[in-house]
Amino acid sequence: MSDVVLEARDITRTFMISSGFMRGKRPLHAVNGVNLKLQRGEVLALVGESGCGKTTLAKMLLGLLPPTNGTLELDGQPLGSLSHLEIARIVQPIFQDPYSSLNPRKSIGSIITLPLQVQGDKDPSTWRQRAEEIMELVGLPRRVYNNFPSQLSGGQRQRVAIARALINRPRVVICDEPTSALDVSVQSQILNLLQDLRQELGLTYLMISHNLAVVEHMATRIAVMYLGRIVEEGDAETVFNNPQHPYTEALLGSVLTPDPSLGVPDTHLGAAYPNPLDMPTGCSFHPRCAKMMPQCKQQAPRPIPTESGHVECNLYEDDQGKMRMTS
Amino acid sequence: MTERILEVENLTIDIPVPSGILHAVQDISIHVDRGETLCIVGESGCGKSLTSLAIMDLLPKKAIRQAARLELADESIFGISERRMSDIRGNRMSMIFQEPMTSLNPAYTIGDQLTEALRRHRKVSRGEAKDRAVFLLEKVGITAAASRLGQYPHQLSGGLRQRVMIAMALMCGPDLIIADEPTTALDVTIQAQILHLLAELQREFNMGLILITHDLGVVARIADRIAVMYAGQIVETGSAAQIFTEPLHPYTRGLLDCIPIPGKTQRGAHLGAIPGIVPSLVGQMPGCHFASRCPLVDDHCLAGAVPLFDHRDTNRSIRCLRADNEDTQKISQEGVA
Amino acid sequence: MTDVTKSSGASQGGSILSSGLDDILEPSPGSLMRKRIFGHTGLVIGGGVLLIILLMAILAPVISPGDPYDQDLSRKLIPPVWHESAKVTWDHPLGTDLLGRDYMTRIFYGARISLLIGFAAMMISGLIGTTLGVLAGYFGGKVDMVVNFIITTRLSLPVVLVALAVVSLIGSSLTVVIWVLGLLIWDRFAVVMRSATQQVRGLDFVAAAQSLGCSTRHIILSEIMPNVANHLIVIATIEMAHAILLEAALSFLGLGVQPPDPSWGLMIAEAKGMLFFDAWLITIPGVALFALVLSINLLGDGMRDVTAPENRN
Repeated sequence: MSDVVLEARDITRTFMISSGFMRGKRPLHAVNGVNLKLQRGEVLALVGESGCGKTTLAKMLLGLLPPTNGTLELDGQPLGSLSHLEIARIVQPIFQDPYSSLNPRKSIGSIITLPLQVQGDKDPSTWRQRAEEIMELVGLPRRVYNNFPSQLSGGQRQRVAIARALINRPRVVICDEPTSALDVSVQSQILNLLQDLRQELGLTYLMISHNLAVVEHMATRIAVMYLGRIVEEGDAETVFNNPQHPYTEALLGSVLTPDPSLGVPDTHLGAAYPNPLDMPTGCSFHPRCAKMMPQCKQQAPRPIPTESGHVECNLYEDDQGKMRMTS
Repeated sequence: MTERILEVENLTIDIPVPSGILHAVQDISIHVDRGETLCIVGESGCGKSLTSLAIMDLLPKKAIRQAARLELADESIFGISERRMSDIRGNRMSMIFQEPMTSLNPAYTIGDQLTEALRRHRKVSRGEAKDRAVFLLEKVGITAAASRLGQYPHQLSGGLRQRVMIAMALMCGPDLIIADEPTTALDVTIQAQILHLLAELQREFNMGLILITHDLGVVARIADRIAVMYAGQIVETGSAAQIFTEPLHPYTRGLLDCIPIPGKTQRGAHLGAIPGIVPSLVGQMPGCHFASRCPLVDDHCLAGAVPLFDHRDTNRSIRCLRADNEDTQKISQEGVA
Repeated sequence: MTDVTKSSGASQGGSILSSGLDDILEPSPGSLMRKRIFGHTGLVIGGGVLLIILLMAILAPVISPGDPYDQDLSRKLIPPVWHESAKVTWDHPLGTDLLGRDYMTRIFYGARISLLIGFAAMMISGLIGTTLGVLAGYFGGKVDMVVNFIITTRLSLPVVLVALAVVSLIGSSLTVVIWVLGLLIWDRFAVVMRSATQQVRGLDFVAAAQSLGCSTRHIILSEIMPNVANHLIVIATIEMAHAILLEAALSFLGLGVQPPDPSWGLMIAEAKGMLFFDAWLITIPGVALFALVLSINLLGDGMRDVTAPENRN
């Protein structure tokens, strides 16, 4: 049952950023040595603040951006050996903003059937029927087939984007903040739909989100990203109930559940997200860390296995940490 | 004895559109006391942002604003000249917008923008204004405040910019701050910090605060009182505890069912949903605005406009004919179970 | 309950509020566009005048009172019919020129030359500028740098002087004028298309097409081009008017269309000696040129208004 559909081994993506006129370029490590395994049928949530490299990672997994270093495997085959069309049949994205992810000049029908056209599908006479099938599956009325995106509401547009992603029955769907541009009441409809589709079509999701309440609801596994590295990874339940990394703890502490008896939490994280061009030495989280120890300034933490995944934090290098882990 | 900062009675905003009149905001009455936080919550298009713009008299020109009463600290600010209004705006009440990048002028330094309002409204020297700016930047948690005065907005991160916006809103020591989705564009960690800061400053400076948001988590944590808006109307008001522990209006209940609550909602289970869409506000709408999506609707709901009733609990009102009878209680219990 | 949903659903017309499932909220973009086009006064007037001039040019052989090249020195300098002169005749409603050629006929045939040069030069420059601009905007990086360099080089060449130099070097003809103008005025196309493409390229639907495995050709032609076409139309009208004015200027200087071909610029040049005696000789082609350029500009402005993003949803 536990077959891996997507695996990233030690992938890195470096951008060269010019630092001013005549001053040459400096490397920006957007993704810095990430290991990630996506098992069939799971929902892996990737969480972290903006600028942590989630979007770059997602682009690499979609084959839109080659990694500078490391290997990516899709269904056991190296991503580099697959053509764009082959990748597209296995992985598809759903974007955050349904107002920008649909071409305003195209009808709903031609947006949904584009994947069939691109894949050179043999039988154009069945396209309409197949589009209508998938539209029904995602809860779109058939009569919008000839309408344009501007005629639909935000929720409907997101359903169109989902239909386009799913018409070729991919195995992995990368959802980049799939509901954060939508109203609360529409958001729940789309989340329900994603859950249903996962069961019905046997999909695997990689979900990128900053809404931790949504993540906790949807995810089976969680990977927490900070400055280009995954600092903690594990089963959703374990991570939510017993976060190991101080950053995960702070993230979870900043979730605002609708509970009027609680005030606004103080995360003690400080306002400054570090400049990725000028990374802190040692553990990159140490300037904001509540549990910073003297050695964190020099010593970069290494991955330490936990119950269900791993954590990168110097706290667990010694016995004290191991005790905490097992408790 | 609390002091009333803002009193709005029967505020109505109509916007002429090609297909008729858009009744964007209908008959809104709200009030804010000194030291109190009122949250206006609702989905996009419900009129919550227009309400705040109407209070600041910053509506687009073609919008028609009407009100029975619009008073800031017992002084009417309705129908006064633009000149007097601009004396009040940024001085006795100020506003914080969602997108700090677009509300700061990229061509001027932080220092220029912070001191400008104070120097315009009060007769203070450049030095005094600068001192106040440094004082407030430190208050909003910005380190090395004095050196920040010479920086431009693009040199700051999103969280820092929003802090600068808050400092700017506080420059003249206003009685009332209106914050329109102040944390929506920010990361979760920064969001918590900014809200924390807002709540702290409000207590310290003893101001009234109106927070406009769609995020029920934010509302629950920061609000003293809540007004829930739907399709241009207030459908329910009450204290935060009242609204969240015992929501009465079917819309409020539907909204609360829609969001996953860690620890409460079963993981992976179906979330609640509100079927249907928000009705068009163009033209007259007989009956309850929520009728087309309401599970409790009956003939009475469609017969005529539904007024905002005072509820038997104190300081609470609800715009629904059906929410408070036995039937409803039964359904709401079923919904929970 | 179902009845309620239906009845209120029926009353929902165009709405700026939307969040649900089941209703088409807006009329189709096509019908909205038609409504806006016919509601725009400048656009309708510009389009109307341009249509009249176009008909004049196309139907010139049919509707002209004479032949544009037939000289009759015995009938030279007959004033137009509204003149208080004994010579006026309805045989020549707009009079005759210095060589006795029918002025109305020459105006009609002149419209052909102006429109031909304007259109052809615009097509050539549009092709060059759009290709360069779209490629630079889409690929960015080195391609963008190269294109920017070409644009800057082009902008440092003064159009009229280069046109003068080329025409005086290789001689003048209709074809030469078209090519010279076409190869010189593509800069605005390139600049506007570049920034428009950059904007559209950053939108998620382009990323969606990429992750569907679409070819770059497909993405540029069928995802990006339809979304920058509105800018293209506006620039095309501006550049067409620009080319027409440049042709008139070149012809006036004797370096454009050569006599005896009836170009409006040339007609103005031929009549400049008569400015104080027979002003109508200059006024008539001048007014024609003015009307043509104004109508094209009105059309372009109108197109910009009706396709501007703030007019869309």
